[in-house]
Amino acid sequence: MSYATHLRCRECGRCYPLEPVHVCEFCFGSLEVSYDYQALGRDVSRQRIERGPLTVWRYSDFLPADREQAVDIGAGFTPLLPAQNLGEALGLRRLYIKNDCANPTWSFKDRVVTVASTKAREFGFDTLACASTGNLANAVAAHAARAGMKALVFIPADLEQGKVVGSAVYGPTLVAVKGSYDDANRLCSELADRYPWAFVNINIRPYYAEGSKTLAYEVLEQLGWRAPDHCIVPMASGCLLTKVWKGIKELAWLGLVDWAHTRMSGAQAEGCSPIVEAWDRHSFNIRPVRPNTIAKSLAVGNPADGYYALKVLADSGGSAVAVSDDEVVEGIKLLAETEGIFAETAGGVVIAGLRRLVAQGLIQPDELVVAFITGAGLKTQEAVLDKLVPRLVIEPHLASFEEAIAEHREAVAAGRQTNRGEGHG
Amino acid sequence: MAKQRVKFTFPTELIKEPIIYRLCKQFELVPNIRRADVTEDRGWVILELEGEMGEIERGIQWVIDQGVRVDPVAGDIVEG
Repeated sequence: MSYATHLRCRECGRCYPLEPVHVCEFCFGSLEVSYDYQALGRDVSRQRIERGPLTVWRYSDFLPADREQAVDIGAGFTPLLPAQNLGEALGLRRLYIKNDCANPTWSFKDRVVTVASTKAREFGFDTLACASTGNLANAVAAHAARAGMKALVFIPADLEQGKVVGSAVYGPTLVAVKGSYDDANRLCSELADRYPWAFVNINIRPYYAEGSKTLAYEVLEQLGWRAPDHCIVPMASGCLLTKVWKGIKELAWLGLVDWAHTRMSGAQAEGCSPIVEAWDRHSFNIRPVRPNTIAKSLAVGNPADGYYALKVLADSGGSAVAVSDDEVVEGIKLLAETEGIFAETAGGVVIAGLRRLVAQGLIQPDELVVAFITGAGLKTQEAVLDKLVPRLVIEPHLASFEEAIAEHREAVAAGRQTNRGEGHG
Repeated sequence: MAKQRVKFTFPTELIKEPIIYRLCKQFELVPNIRRADVTEDRGWVILELEGEMGEIERGIQWVIDQGVRVDPVAGDIVEG
């Protein structure tokens, strides 16, 4: 059952019933779901959670929708892997990777959309909608298909064909919007006011956002019911960082884990880093930017939760870091080559950000660190395509292979020699 | 009559300009400011504009043309 009781304005504190609304009528502040924590404390235990399904719905007591009616394609309970090789490369002794590439549409957006679509159906909507350049569109189209709902997915008109397929295959109505990114934003805002759709990140946003908390619950449970010392999370709107923090605090408040003073750090790409820019200015005032980065899944120039993310960074004693596109690619390759996980660009941002924070002494070698990898690399292959080791092309006989492999080994050895030389130079 | 909730973000050079006053003088629009944070070098205002839909759209375009950034109050809606 759900213990959600009402929506509460994050600015002025006014309360609203659990309805498809997202902003406070008085101050236009965003709304957040509140729960009956007394009842949760009385009823919920580790054993009760452990008896649940191996999906996000295992934590349905902490979600604002009914598990029995869930639109469920198996989102969540993704692997938490000890990352010894990557840890050695970065100088961390206790590093874990939360691999959310393993979700049904290969990104963490399945977590938020399974909650949003369940709640939308509960409210009686027959259409699920979103505006997205990739991950969110995939998750909305897939969950709408499962739910038997209509799906409307707005995409930029110039979106690459490869990114359209991952949504189109589920049969939504795809609408390509001409014009700038800002034009698309404003149009979708107007559409959400005008049409009776469940726009997952507009009128259903308070419920949608709660799905992200499950990343925290899983990590804590998978660590043997303990909180990590440090989390590093990619930041787009900033919502994910705030919800991972909320999830950790909830389990600590309820006594399901000991309070560990987890520090929360966030990473962005330099080409779209309004939250990091405000952090560096020691300000809570976000200056919107026009995104220009290969990390498209993080390209949110005017982050809705930027202020709240900055509060979490400050309150938890964490930090914020921005990395270049070249570092993003290096981060993707490093994770793939050390741990066998092929992440999309947001994952490259996290690994590159982690490397910087360790180098700056902002993460200590002995800390138990969890890096959140939120989407799979097959979605953004173009980011690394021309940075990979070239393949060997041979004739179909042994001699050709042996000749090619010998040349290859020599080239690799020479490369290592060169790298060593550069490294000491 | 239609209503639209928007956020104006002002660059430093426009802080001293009475943009909202001029918007409502030039267009048939009624502003209703709900939250704002303005200092000497930057500022944002969250407000509701009421008027005919076409007039709202023309007014917002005029504000953009002045150099003000206009966003939905919910922040960016297009996500990755």
